[in-house]
Formats: sequence, C-alpha cells, structure tokens
Amino acid sequence: MRFAVVQFGGSNCDRDVCHVLTDVCGVDTDLVWYKDGLSRSYDAVVLPGGFSYGDYLRPGAIAARTPIMADVIRHAKTGGLVLGICNGAQIASEAGLVPGVFTLNAYPKFISRHVHLRVENTTSPFTTLYRKDEVIRIPIAHAEGRYVAPPLEIARLNREKRVAFRFCGEDGNVGPESNPNGSMESITGILSGGGNVLAMMPHPERSSEAVLGSEDGVKIFNSMVAYIEEYGRRSPAQQENWA
Amino acid sequence: MKYTVTITIRLKEGMLNPEARAIQHALKNLGFQTEDLTTARLFRIRLDAPDAAAARETARQMCDRLLANPVIHDYAIEVE
Repeated sequence: MRFAVVQFGGSNCDRDVCHVLTDVCGVDTDLVWYKDGLSRSYDAVVLPGGFSYGDYLRPGAIAARTPIMADVIRHAKTGGLVLGICNGAQIASEAGLVPGVFTLNAYPKFISRHVHLRVENTTSPFTTLYRKDEVIRIPIAHAEGRYVAPPLEIARLNREKRVAFRFCGEDGNVGPESNPNGSMESITGILSGGGNVLAMMPHPERSSEAVLGSEDGVKIFNSMVAYIEEYGRRSPAQQENWA
Repeated sequence: MKYTVTITIRLKEGMLNPEARAIQHALKNLGFQTEDLTTARLFRIRLDAPDAAAARETARQMCDRLLANPVIHDYAIEVE
C-alpha cells in the first residue's frame, strides 16, 4: 500500500500529513512535487493544506488546474481514494471532484482553533472507524472555509448521505452557534458521488497524536488504510458508480 | 486585431458578501452612510483575435475555465 501527498508551491501541511501517515499509521508515503506528476499508481492521494499559489484568484483555483491534478482526477475516476484537507479541500472542489465551493468565512477573519464535528456518514472509505453521530474534536485553520452549494445540490448531498462531517457543539447539536464560518447546514466534509473523494476543511493530521491534544483525526487515515486492505484500490460499488 | 477585454466578476445576486459587509461597516465608522455596497473583481486583458466576437468567446472560456466559479459568480465581458 502506498499513499502520495502532493506538494504544491505554498503547501504547508504536506510534511505533517506525511509524518502521520508514515509514523503514526505505518503507511509507505511519497511526498510528490506537483511538477513531477503522479508517476506511478497510488492507493490514495492526499491534497494537503496550505496556501497554494498564495490563494491568488480563489483558494485552490490555480492548483486545481495544474497538470498533476489531471493525474489526480484520473486516479479518482478509477476509484482511487483522494483526501483533500483545508486548502486541499478547496483544490478538490475547484477541480470538480466534489460539488460546491469553500469561500470567505461569514465573519471574514482567519479562525484557528479546535472545533467539534459530528460524524454523519460511517460507511465511506474515510469514516468507517467512527460511530454514527460520534462527536470528534479536530482543529480548523482557515479564512475561506464557508461551504456553499446550490440548494438542490445540498439536498442531493443529504439524500445520498454524502455529508461526512458537520460542525456541532460539544453535545453534538448542530446550529448557528456551533458553525464557526457560516457553512451551509454546517457542512464541512463532503464526499464525491462515488464516495472515494473526501474534501474537508478541518485538519485531521493535527489531531492524530495524543501529544497534540486529540487523536480523533487519525481514524480518517486509519479508515482509509482499513478500506484499502479490505477492498484493494477500488471497490465493486465504485466501479459501478464510475462505469 | 488587438482587443482589450474587460471582465467583471461578482458574486451572484443574494450571495453573502462578507467583504462588502466589512467595508460598509468601516465606511460607517468614517461617517459615511451607505444603503448598499457590493464588490467585484476586474480583469483587463489584451489579446489578439480575428474579430470582437472571437475575443469575447475567448474571454468567456477564460471565465468558465478559471476566472469565475459558476457556483458563486456571475461575470460580464466588455470588448473594445
């Protein structure tokens, strides 16, 4: 099993993700410079956080149109797992891997703190190790993380159980008081139609070791590992979805 | 022919614009009362095209493929 973590100019969480995958999860991981492209087959690709291209134009907009993203899209379309974290989530949505957009926070400032998330989907390759409605604590660090999508798209995401995480209070209640950035329906983690792409604003790599105050995020990486061990690179369901 | 294409990109009607709200608030602190305020982004691009329609079409493709995000943006193109 081998993971790739893509480094764009301006990525700054690439080594953190690589450290967690390698040293905490025990997965062979390559840091791949975006100009090198995906030169081999990977079981999973992580688009890490940061400020690719200085957030010029829109966060993730320019990185989403680099040649390596054509490789990543191809990887996703053949059922490969893709996890986009923070700027990586913005890149994934700009690349059309998931619907909607992450844009300027309702109160337009940078927020860096731990938040609570409610796990809404426990059947995706990224969330099988969580319990339904489990409340987890993971930090966010963004100014442009407000999730926006057309109402029909939101309805579809709900119907197809493609909302992975919502912001919530410590008690698991979802509402405006526990929605730090004004995301529609407090959504902050969304899955692609095939379920094999997860885009999320919170940083699981910053909550994967006890020394960091929370280990709640590591289950995302470990879920991916468990999924790949069980189903290999692509599941029958995904083959059907992408056929 | 050389053309100058001016592209204006703004948030769709009804979209929350936190930037505009913050600017409006700052203007208020300076004593300016405003009824409404919106912001937009302007791109001025010099390019070569066979005619004005072709220049406009190129600009439209630029908007669709990079400059605008159709989920949240509308755009307007002027060619001169």
